[in-house]
Amino acid sequence: MSLTQEEFDYLKNELKRQPNDVELSMVEAEWSEHCSYKSSKPYLKLLPSEGKRVIVGPGYDAGVLDVGDGYVVTVHIESHNHPSAVEPYGGAATGVGGVIRDILSMGTRPIAIFDALRFGSIEKSSHNKWLFKNVVRGIADYGNCLGIPTVAGEVEFDDSFERYCLVDVASIGMGKKEDIVTSRADNDDYVVLAGGSTGRDGIHGASFASKVLEEENRSAVQIPDPFLEKLILEATMEAIEARCVKAVKDLGGGGLSCCLSETADKIGKGINVDISKVHVREQGMTPAEVMISESQERMLYVTDGTNLNNLLSILDKYEISYSVIGKVKDHHNLVVRHNSHVVADMPASLVANAPLANRIAKKPAYLEKLANVNKPSIPKDLNDALLKTLSNPTIASKRWVYQQYDHEVGIRTVVKPGYGDASVLRLDNGKFVTFKLDGNSKHCYIDPYNGAVGCFAEACRNVVSVGAEPIGMVDHLQFGSPEDAEIFWTFVETIKGISNYSKVMNVPCVGGKVSFYNETDNGPIKPSPIIGVVGLIEDASHIRNSIIKENDTLLIIGLTKDEMGGSEYYEYIHGITGGNVPKVDPSLDCKVMRVMLDLIKNNMVRSVHDCSKGGLAIALSEMCVGGNIGIDATLTHVPNECSRIDDLLFSESHSRFIVSIEEDEFTSITNLLEKQEIPYGTLGKAQGNSIRFTYNDKNIINVSVDKAVDAWANTLERLIEHG
Amino acid sequence: MKVGIVVFPGSNCDKDVHHVLRHVLHTDAEFVWHKRESLNGYNAVILPGGFAYGDRLRAGVIAAFSPIMKEVKRLAGEGKPVLGVCNGFQILVESGLLPGALIKNNSLKFVCRWTNIVVESNRTPFTHALKPKQVINIPVANQEGRYVADPKTLEMLEHNNQIVFRYHNDDPNGSANGIAGISNEEGNVVGMMPHPERGSESILSPFGGNDAVMIFKSLIDYMDEQK
Repeated sequence: MSLTQEEFDYLKNELKRQPNDVELSMVEAEWSEHCSYKSSKPYLKLLPSEGKRVIVGPGYDAGVLDVGDGYVVTVHIESHNHPSAVEPYGGAATGVGGVIRDILSMGTRPIAIFDALRFGSIEKSSHNKWLFKNVVRGIADYGNCLGIPTVAGEVEFDDSFERYCLVDVASIGMGKKEDIVTSRADNDDYVVLAGGSTGRDGIHGASFASKVLEEENRSAVQIPDPFLEKLILEATMEAIEARCVKAVKDLGGGGLSCCLSETADKIGKGINVDISKVHVREQGMTPAEVMISESQERMLYVTDGTNLNNLLSILDKYEISYSVIGKVKDHHNLVVRHNSHVVADMPASLVANAPLANRIAKKPAYLEKLANVNKPSIPKDLNDALLKTLSNPTIASKRWVYQQYDHEVGIRTVVKPGYGDASVLRLDNGKFVTFKLDGNSKHCYIDPYNGAVGCFAEACRNVVSVGAEPIGMVDHLQFGSPEDAEIFWTFVETIKGISNYSKVMNVPCVGGKVSFYNETDNGPIKPSPIIGVVGLIEDASHIRNSIIKENDTLLIIGLTKDEMGGSEYYEYIHGITGGNVPKVDPSLDCKVMRVMLDLIKNNMVRSVHDCSKGGLAIALSEMCVGGNIGIDATLTHVPNECSRIDDLLFSESHSRFIVSIEEDEFTSITNLLEKQEIPYGTLGKAQGNSIRFTYNDKNIINVSVDKAVDAWANTLERLIEHG
Repeated sequence: MKVGIVVFPGSNCDKDVHHVLRHVLHTDAEFVWHKRESLNGYNAVILPGGFAYGDRLRAGVIAAFSPIMKEVKRLAGEGKPVLGVCNGFQILVESGLLPGALIKNNSLKFVCRWTNIVVESNRTPFTHALKPKQVINIPVANQEGRYVADPKTLEMLEHNNQIVFRYHNDDPNGSANGIAGISNEEGNVVGMMPHPERGSESILSPFGGNDAVMIFKSLIDYMDEQK
């Protein structure tokens, strides 16, 4: 039994009797950390979730944001870490499937997929390479087959993910405000289960994900069928357009048991089902197995007597199997029958709302040691350090990944992967939406609070870089076991950081997920919050990419500080973990972003790139590589508080952008920046075919663009295909 | 004048083609579910890209037996324009309307990126508004896009001017003779791996152009002339 004694006693008290075996299985699934959020719930309330565009906030299948003209954008994020670590292809693929069904459950059509992936080093271990390769293939095969473009993502490599992985998948959807499905139902409405047949795959999946990964429980991993998902997608959209469903709910972790109890709890009614009616994949399944199976590509619909036949004929058109398994009832229980025999009868709200776990938080001892580290000696050959950093798998181009994803289907992808800081999609109301996921486990490990704020700030910056106003965020908070007080402390710090930044920036949280127990024999992962920010662009003329052209003048905006802790330079080049993690001053950050948007909207800047992983040297090199042009840059005028040249080159200080401008805009831009008291410096002109940095006329770095292109663009492919 | 866009279970680019015909080119276009048994009233038909039947067994092979394919064959036989894009091309090959086969790319991976194609033949309803040897920016997105055929068939295709598009020094698939698209002998049935609907609006092109729209414009001009 996975319930604690206290949980079991609570259940018994509430029921005023002993639960039977079926009931116990159902409650175990629903009260798992994965489904119940029992450790995190009290803290998640700290996240600001209200805003003028928020129609539906956290707690639903997906957040809903108003984008004007009667249109909405929905957004949701999920992870599939344990399954992907065991069976990367199926685990990642079914992760995509789950998040897509969440977007559908709100009545909106998914228009894009995003991924944030974390692995151990692919240079040191072929196992990590195997995980990476198959996770990407799993996402590609599933998303491509669905016809939903996978348009952006990020990948980080760190030893704390050795033989493990974090696979986060997000999706955004678009629809009309009037079509949003808000769960409601009346007495005697029908409950229809449609899609994949129920089998023994994925049994105990939610419980599996709520434990430390000790053994490779393959039977807990679900099997993907993207073709069936595509049929469900089209059938659900057709049913919503025909207005013949009252509630739609996907079946994910905890299977039918969670889906039914949460639906009943949400609509405030009871549900009676007969599970002998469920279409099954194999004979002899026990009622408990049917209730908690996590077989994929299943959807639950609630409809009334008048619309039942409409719904069923749509399902017939797509040749989707279904079973009418029961009815909504004017009581508050979830009553499960097998034929005429009642096998479970519990209040839905009891099943759906686990008693909260009281976790203890204690500042980890390791943090003290990490605060002070000795600075490394400056490498003799900074050219080599630059090329090595460009070919660092975390920084190198992810072309090998995104070319396997159909990122254009749906003909909305206006800024494509590889062209800007975020991908931009056109909406049906003439506006554009962007969404960017960011994470940084290295920063978050050394300083959970500032690391988390930094991830949020970076995601906002990326969205601003392409010309968008940040309008909402989702978070995915991934940690080791919450039963470990030191790990739980890092979780609490993370929440505090995110909520404080959210308040200042006025970017509300509209959804998210928490994933604990990300641990293996090698220990817990580093704290890994992933922040996704939705941005809205009102006009096509505001869209920016990061590609520079010959003769563009480049400026750096923002202050570079000695904040080397967790930098790619420290970790990858020197093997140092520790030091000062970059800190965001939220109100300054907010001001810089406002000014950036002004510059963009007034058409004063040509292209924009944010300065983050790898620092100024990498950001500038990436712009050169993207435009296939060199630069003659001086670092003399870069506003900074650094005492060393390598700090200036590679510090990952926040609130910085590099912009390319036409020379005649120079005075108007610098006037505006000076008026706002935002530091800036001229870097130089895009020209020639080498990337050259000088400081007070002294040569610092000089590498050919060709070499930089090769290091940055071809490394992943070389490592994976030929390594 | 009406274009039918066939929708198979698993078609993905049906709405994209529809958008270009209806909203970019203001032409009458309708979706036709694959179970329909008549294409009466349609002057041309397009089989869009996607994963019909999830590419099970082999890309396009199950869809080739859909009820609608009898009608597609009838239209093709009457000389009406038929275009298969990507998965649509695979279906045309599997149903015997076009020769050869499409197998897994050289890279053994799905590849989504922009490339260039050269117009080799402008005698088809889909290319007559283009110039021979004209180079067009266009994206591909496929896993089984590598065109192959036996030497005799390849020779026949070359000889009969049935090669419609060839990759311009940048073949993402590893096709025989750099083939990106072919036609039947008569020229009215065309299959191509690249996606013209994705290159028909300049806002979608990283190069700013919209050359690929000429493939659909050619069709509209052709249908106008046939009236």
